[in-house]
Amino acid sequence: MSLQQPGATEIIRQTAVDLGIKIKSGELSSVEVTQAHLDRITEIDGELHAFLYVDGERALASAAQVDAKIASGEPVGPLAGVPLALKDILTYAGAPTTCGSKILEGWLPPYDATVTRRLLDHDIVILGKTNLDEFAMGSSTENSAFGPTRNPWDLERIPGGSGGGSAAAVAAFEAPLAIGTDTGGSIRQPAAVTGTVGVKPTYGGSSRYGLVALASSLDQPGPCARTVLDAALLHQVIAGHDPCDSTSIDQPVPDVVGAARSADISGMRVGVVREFRGEGYAPGVEQRFREAVELLASLGAEIIEVSCPHFVYALPAYYLILPAECSSNLAKFDAMRFGLRVGDDGVASAEQVMAATREAGFGAEVKRRIIIGTYALSSGYYEAYYGQAQKVRTLISRDFDDAFSQVDVLVSPSTPITAFKIGEKVDDPLAMYMNDLCTIPSNLAGNASASFPVGLAPEDGLPVGLQVMAPPLADDRLYRVGAALEATLESAWGGPLLDRLPQAGVAR
Amino acid sequence: MTVLPYQEALAAYDPVLGLEVHVELNTTSKMFCGCSTAFGAEPNTQVCPVCLGLPGSLPVVNAKAVESAIRIGLALNCRIAEWCRFSRKNYFYPDMPKNYQISQYDEPIAYDGWTEVVLDGEIFRIGIERAHMEEDTGKSLHVGGATGRIHGADYSLLDYNRSGVPLIEIVTKPVEGTGAKAPEVARAYVTMLRDLLRALGVSDVRMEQGSLRCDANVSLRPVGTAPFGLRTETKNVNSLRSVERAVRYEITRQAAVLAAGGRVTQETRHWHEDSGTTTPGRNKETAEDYRYFPEPDLVPVAPSRDWVEELRATLPEPPAARLQRVSAEWGFSELEMRDVVSAGAVNAIEATVAAGASPQSARKWWLTEVARRANEAGVDLEDVGVTPQQVAEIQALVEKGTINDKLARQVFEGVIAGEGSPAEVVAARELAIVSDEAALAAAVNDAINANPDIVDKIKSGKVQAAGALIGSVMKQMRGQADASRVRELILEKIG
Repeated sequence: MSLQQPGATEIIRQTAVDLGIKIKSGELSSVEVTQAHLDRITEIDGELHAFLYVDGERALASAAQVDAKIASGEPVGPLAGVPLALKDILTYAGAPTTCGSKILEGWLPPYDATVTRRLLDHDIVILGKTNLDEFAMGSSTENSAFGPTRNPWDLERIPGGSGGGSAAAVAAFEAPLAIGTDTGGSIRQPAAVTGTVGVKPTYGGSSRYGLVALASSLDQPGPCARTVLDAALLHQVIAGHDPCDSTSIDQPVPDVVGAARSADISGMRVGVVREFRGEGYAPGVEQRFREAVELLASLGAEIIEVSCPHFVYALPAYYLILPAECSSNLAKFDAMRFGLRVGDDGVASAEQVMAATREAGFGAEVKRRIIIGTYALSSGYYEAYYGQAQKVRTLISRDFDDAFSQVDVLVSPSTPITAFKIGEKVDDPLAMYMNDLCTIPSNLAGNASASFPVGLAPEDGLPVGLQVMAPPLADDRLYRVGAALEATLESAWGGPLLDRLPQAGVAR
Repeated sequence: MTVLPYQEALAAYDPVLGLEVHVELNTTSKMFCGCSTAFGAEPNTQVCPVCLGLPGSLPVVNAKAVESAIRIGLALNCRIAEWCRFSRKNYFYPDMPKNYQISQYDEPIAYDGWTEVVLDGEIFRIGIERAHMEEDTGKSLHVGGATGRIHGADYSLLDYNRSGVPLIEIVTKPVEGTGAKAPEVARAYVTMLRDLLRALGVSDVRMEQGSLRCDANVSLRPVGTAPFGLRTETKNVNSLRSVERAVRYEITRQAAVLAAGGRVTQETRHWHEDSGTTTPGRNKETAEDYRYFPEPDLVPVAPSRDWVEELRATLPEPPAARLQRVSAEWGFSELEMRDVVSAGAVNAIEATVAAGASPQSARKWWLTEVARRANEAGVDLEDVGVTPQQVAEIQALVEKGTINDKLARQVFEGVIAGEGSPAEVVAARELAIVSDEAALAAAVNDAINANPDIVDKIKSGKVQAAGALIGSVMKQMRGQADASRVRELILEKIG
């Protein structure tokens, strides 16, 4: 099963950068571009299910406004008029925000997330909200209360998660750009398994205000795109200090666009993480990763093997810290002020209504993590679990510090395996958690990290991603490496990786 | 409920106190958002995504609240943390929008301080365990049912205007060695704190509006033993007077339990102003586990030492030093000052003196006329309904001869009843002393003519009999005459 591919000259195949240039020059209108993407969504999203909500009317009205603004000669940014898909965990006033959960069904947020506000201020056209694992808990979107998203490379397979909707929408040409959020790999792992670009900025680099929190100390919004430069331009738009988010960094945004344009890695010291290979890694993943590292060397990078001995403890530490924070963050879903309310028969007490609503409104994975987190924070267990996990977190940060004293960036496979089949791991949470093995350390340490496509695994023909990790506030280095890889690989492949999406007829 | 007579309780047991005071700061905006903190607005009109706990919203610390917290800490001789964090206190309650309260747990902004209270000339040193920052909850209004509490109510209404208002919780170390004076020390401490916070300008400190709230922990141990007994925490203590009464009641109640060979249940109790008793609330032994952990949405608070020193320079005079100073300035005797302090009237007198009254007259009015009404109504002096400015104005009217002390009482009554300013009350009630000599002479003549026997007595040398005639004239003048002038006139006529 696969989706109909758009023709090479179609609007929807073009990069965000090109669309922006053409809209600004008047060669294309934003309305035209927006309509083309809405048509694509109508055509394929019944099958793909990347979107939970599309508001074509509002998108076209915004597009018309941008066209008018350009016609009147007002200055606009490089992405003005370009459509975008927003992960349904960021608020967009007036559009439902569900977080993929029944408990928020019907809630219309009265305010815009800072990221949303910046998109709108830069005249980007929001098409709608994309699917995700419930409250971003998962690696496959199978935990969405509204059904899974499918991978455009193979509709039987998962598109990654939690941001599978955003990655699939970009990979399937439903939108040139999307916003994801990354708590343990939710931007990078979907990017890897869909052959797209996904960047988790430095923690505090982009605002969390209006991002419905999963784990406050780990969550970070970032760009999803098909090309490195598109991602950089989007990164530039959404990043920067926000006084509404106390954890946001009051520093200039690194020059990510300049880095993406330069693509120069000569003399860069690239560290290969010794711990992320071997058992559990698919042969095709390891092969493409090795080839990509060789490619970096051929482009003038110095390759150094680096050990980060505590990275193997990242996953268990993460699965204590995340549930602890989420057990508290998700307490507000109590039927009192918004969203679902179950069992309010005029007799039941407030506590009973809260309990009945949470029982009915949360899915199994959410409940699992709330229970684990509640336990990890309880008196008498706090030190052994949460306290200990925080110590591991410190050790992981030190591993990064040591590594970055020797190298400019670290690289590893983004995920140990390629996209797996829908349903394959739903009954095995631990196997599911392993997907984020390589991505989690950067969330725990808060440094910048990205996934770039480096080819298809020979054994299954599915995309493989390479993860680049840079020190905090050195997000530009990610783009330098990504752009170098992209330019070289695409000339070797004779075009973007997504040109090789299966061309077979659409199953309807 | 059985209680032991107070003296008997104190003969057998030694009380230990612990006082937790919550102060609502008077910052313009809330602790973590820009919403107004003004008291008394229409329900749910001072709210935003942050203080409603809407998904995606994030807190940002109010710097002014941190400043107030540090100043409070310094005024209580606390150490100020160089680095501290907020924590989340997790529990479910409908008036708490996020179902966790942002508070401070093991890293309070201020800790390890002390203060002093003066009671009957004796100084009691009170150790301060900590003063920490947190946010207030919303308010629940339980409709229907007999008690106004959630059990038995038909439905509940929620007002989130108070949600997120900055609070400072000030916790004492165990207060020992107060003996029979424990209830008065408790009251004196809260009074001192109220005066100090007012002098700092950080809070409205209105107990009846809930901007100053006290939880009183009381335990008893047999006299002469060291280990603390099991304690109770009494909540809903909403006036200075109640602080004293609640502590006194708990001592007598716990003493009865212990004397009967029982064991005090460690629990939260509720104070009932009307009956003067406490009843059990939540049982502390099965208390919730609040699962505190550092608030990940906020960065640590790390006040620079320079800033702390700048704030130290803005502190008002320490309470004990202030008492010594005003006592000297006012020329009060030790006994007079004692009464003033125990009545909680220092601020009131100071403000009345500032408004132009003499210290002695200010003391007289606050300790007699106002104090009597406060006792009758069961409220604190501030809440009787007359301001220091009004007291000074009444005294000025007395000194001008417009009214006398007796008429002044009626003026107090009118002002408290909301009839306007003292001058307005005098006018409306026609209380001004009549200085019309003709009217006075006529009244004197009437009295002389109506009482020939008394006139004879006076003529025969019993001048003190004039009192009866004066009374008769005053009665006819409805009290609005200058009694000494009346006496003069009577003696003139008869003599």
